[in-house]
Amino acid sequence: MTVTALLALLLIIAPSLVVLIVSFTSGFSLKFPPPGYSARWYVELWNAWQLHFAARNSFVVAMWATILSIGLGVLAALAISKSRALSAKILDSLFMSPLVLPALAFGLSALMFFSLVGLPVSPLTLVIGHTVVCVPYVVRNTVASLAQLEPTLLESSAILGASRFYTFRRIVLPLIRPGVIAGAFIAFMSSFDNVPVSLFLRDAATDMLPIRMWQDLEGKLDVTIAALSGVLIMATVGLMAVMEHFTGLSRRLTS
Amino acid sequence: MNATATAGPAPGDVTKYSLGLAAPLALFFVVFFVAPLAQLLVLSFHNDAQGLIWGLGQYAKFLTDSFSLSVLGSTLVLGAEVTALCLVLGYPIAWLYHRVGGRTQTLIILIVLLPLLTSVVVRTFAWIVILGRQGIVNSTLLSLGIVGTPLRMLYTQGGLVVALAQVQMPLMTLPLITALGRIDPNLDDASCSLGAGSWRTFWRIILPLSMPGVIAGCTLTYAAAITAFITQSLVGGGQMLFMPMYLYQQASTLQNWPFAAAISMIFLLAVLAVMTAFGMLGRLSRADGDAR
Repeated sequence: MTVTALLALLLIIAPSLVVLIVSFTSGFSLKFPPPGYSARWYVELWNAWQLHFAARNSFVVAMWATILSIGLGVLAALAISKSRALSAKILDSLFMSPLVLPALAFGLSALMFFSLVGLPVSPLTLVIGHTVVCVPYVVRNTVASLAQLEPTLLESSAILGASRFYTFRRIVLPLIRPGVIAGAFIAFMSSFDNVPVSLFLRDAATDMLPIRMWQDLEGKLDVTIAALSGVLIMATVGLMAVMEHFTGLSRRLTS
Repeated sequence: MNATATAGPAPGDVTKYSLGLAAPLALFFVVFFVAPLAQLLVLSFHNDAQGLIWGLGQYAKFLTDSFSLSVLGSTLVLGAEVTALCLVLGYPIAWLYHRVGGRTQTLIILIVLLPLLTSVVVRTFAWIVILGRQGIVNSTLLSLGIVGTPLRMLYTQGGLVVALAQVQMPLMTLPLITALGRIDPNLDDASCSLGAGSWRTFWRIILPLSMPGVIAGCTLTYAAAITAFITQSLVGGGQMLFMPMYLYQQASTLQNWPFAAAISMIFLLAVLAVMTAFGMLGRLSRADGDAR
């Protein structure tokens, strides 16, 4: 079992390592092992303004989608987490359903819906679409956090005379904050990497990074993409380390 | 003493929040999630591309077309293959997780989590690098003299299954870790002290008790594997067509919206059917466990 486990872990991590190594190649192709090492492709990346533009778009859309998800998702999580009513369970399933339904079908339907309603495709529609597929992560993590919140804390606070809002602000919010942040982190990454929804809801002005990369990959296997991938992998690892330190990300996902 | 009885907020349960707080998100979902899907459903009931004539023509077109059915079939089979591979590889990881110390546990989770948070394009690109003609597998095989010419692993079913398995592994492993964590460790010891070998303990005690986690993992992995548009098209190539790309081609390239809508609906139904099947398996396994 242990051997299989180690092999499986290697399988999981190997692609990221391979990309990182290949991105430092001095040659022109994706040959592994690389003929030599150099940072030239990172220099190329520095000059690739089209990729920068797409990256900035992805970042801005992800920020807005995450902010919207936090606003809507935390409120919803508060409402459904401690309730045992049937309506709460139905709402829970509804809010989680974007996670399991094909995002491509949703993207298509969103595009048609917006054209029917008369809203042209724009950054706004893109943010709305991303929010739908990202808010489940915020809801799920916030609900999990709230589940671990001791009800007696709320009761004690009420007995001591605090208003509902004061209790929320000074007791509940600080305690669920790590969970909310963990959920927001996953929501952000999910939006940044999203392809299916972005494919349908973008226009010329909102070129998104994963789609830009995909199109470059289909056209030519450019080593600049390897450098970009290297940057993204390193950024993801860095962010994960930060999140792990501040919110105990790993514990949240396995409880 | 009297003062404390009157101090405090209005009567009612202070540990719960009113369901009305979920209203903004619920409204948001109804408008931007339910309505579009409902519209998609309505559109799929049109017989012509302009959406003027009502009928079940699009569904008939799909269900009587052997090509469409083969696309659906190969997609469902792909999901099964990927789920099976993920289960076989992911279970040992979850098993190992509960036998190591705290810091190693964190490391394992972060390794498992990395593919989930990395861009799907990056992950798929990595597999192109590994499986390509000049990639690592071929380089190793060539240098060891096992093969004379580079093997074609990209654009094959096998390569696609492995690539998808790596991409979806976190979805299988994380629920398994949770499920295995819920099993009382004393059961393991008790079984051993009663004379069962470790394999017997595993098969008869641990595996059945971890079934809810297995079911949860399989459900998530299956759903994700069959909707994995980018990996299917980049690693699978143009020769192998699956439902997501089929859908995209009909909608985007051919502008055949009603047919694309019908494909979406059939695809959605297929995913829901598989998930319900898994769910029923889950209930069966739980009932079994309780009865014992």
